[in-house]
Amino acid sequence: MTDQAYNFAYLDEATKRMIRRAILKAVAVPGYQVPFASREMPMPYGWGTGGVQVTAACLVPDDTLKVIDQGADDTTNAVSIRKFFERTAGVAVTEKTADATIIQTRHRIPETPLREGQILVYQVPIPEPLRFLEPRETETRKMHELEEYGLMHVKLYEDIARHGQIATSYDYPVKVEGRYVMDPSPIPKFDNPKLGGNAAIQLFGAGREQRIYALPPYTDVVSLDFDDHPFVASKAAHDCDLCASADSYLDEVVIDDHGGRMFVCSDTDFCAQRRDAGHVGRLGALTPKGGA
Amino acid sequence: MGAQGLQFLAKSNLADTPLLQVAGLSKFYGGRIGCEDVSFDLYPGEVLGIVGESGSGKSTLLSCLAGHLTPDAGMVIFDTGTGPRDTVTMSEPERRRLARTDWAFVHQNPRDGLRMGISAGGNVGERLMAIGARHYGDIRARAIDWTGRVEIAPDRIDDRPSQFSGGMQQRLQIARNLITGPRLVFMDEPTGGLDVSVQARLLDLLRGLVREMGLSAILVTHDLAVVRLLADRLMVMKDGRVIEQGLTDQVLDDPQHAYTQLLVSSVLQV
Repeated sequence: MTDQAYNFAYLDEATKRMIRRAILKAVAVPGYQVPFASREMPMPYGWGTGGVQVTAACLVPDDTLKVIDQGADDTTNAVSIRKFFERTAGVAVTEKTADATIIQTRHRIPETPLREGQILVYQVPIPEPLRFLEPRETETRKMHELEEYGLMHVKLYEDIARHGQIATSYDYPVKVEGRYVMDPSPIPKFDNPKLGGNAAIQLFGAGREQRIYALPPYTDVVSLDFDDHPFVASKAAHDCDLCASADSYLDEVVIDDHGGRMFVCSDTDFCAQRRDAGHVGRLGALTPKGGA
Repeated sequence: MGAQGLQFLAKSNLADTPLLQVAGLSKFYGGRIGCEDVSFDLYPGEVLGIVGESGSGKSTLLSCLAGHLTPDAGMVIFDTGTGPRDTVTMSEPERRRLARTDWAFVHQNPRDGLRMGISAGGNVGERLMAIGARHYGDIRARAIDWTGRVEIAPDRIDDRPSQFSGGMQQRLQIARNLITGPRLVFMDEPTGGLDVSVQARLLDLLRGLVREMGLSAILVTHDLAVVRLLADRLMVMKDGRVIEQGLTDQVLDDPQHAYTQLLVSSVLQV
């Protein structure tokens, strides 16, 4: 049941309208960071205050919500936010990617391909891709305005000079529709190819930094690279130890004190569905379903 | 007429149009004068020195010329690849593009002109990447070439400028600016704060580069020895106005204005 002490989805209607206006502008100008009047939320900054506000502004009573944290449905952050909206909005919740209409995510894109009509909401800590290279906000805005993005390649140059390859493995900068350079939030670069041409609407909310940006469906998104050091979407060179999937993004888990480790899908829903369908990985038979 | 004569003709034709024409340039800070009614022409391959004491408006003038400050009156006409253009009324993207390609700015303090958290190679390569270079191997090769030309050893290319001495930082800043082959270099006290032996080597290097690349330069300094060495022509400023200008040797050897006479006679003799 909805907790009657709160308006539907916690935020008041005027605030939601303000956020929706920002979202509409963001969708109209893909990759552009739209400032918005971020509210205090009942959670600390860095825990998804931006994502929660975007989700609250998008939710309608018929929605089915899924929340993931690094791909998992069952971690503290995901469970808390899911319960928060269960209580303040009374919407249906699910762990199944295919059943959800809104998915709030922290640092992953689900393995199951998204479809039209779904909304993926990202939690963003630092929306400005140029921030660590150029600390002045006035200057980074000017750089976006004038499309002066040479500095972004300086960062990649530094990677290659120091590590022999582009060592940036998450938060990998992309260029949207040939115009704005965008921070895709700290998703692994393995997920970068899924940003472009995606059927779902992708919304990015940064609460502390007070910015919203968006990728409408089927947007052209290119990961930045050098001609002689092309972008590579990397993952651990293993199969999932539970579901034997060879092409999903993996987490490395230490399982004993003798150096034993296993690799499991970071997307728990994807892994569980594969196990239900009968796929068994190296350690799959030994591990009960519903927890690694 | 031989080929050399033709070449000479072509060169002198080229030099008939000034690279930079400045007319009536003024900048005020409220009621105070930054610089007032400055006019001069700068021809290709020419080095113009601007001297004057602190507060005489020479840095203000340089900032107005380089587009860092917007002048209150006057024109700065630069001979771009597509004909002369007034950089004051030019749109900002165009002016910033000029600043990345045809112009270079060497700051007095290398910290203002370098990115201290980025390796020397990244610093030198930034301008290349800013104008669209996207091949790591090429960028690195040119960065190594240029750090070599300013006498920085190739094994220091991945070190950060914060690990460099003051003189090395200044040389790195020069490499970073010259890598895109600019036609006009603005220098604000390039040898300020360096000890004399390092200064001498830097001046030697600058003189070589200016000659070799046929650069035009505008050099702001209070050090008369520096302009004597580098500048073809000299402008003396006081209280925001140009009080005397002419060939460097002529101005320094036979100063006409009372203030210039004072300035020249104030130089300490060793």
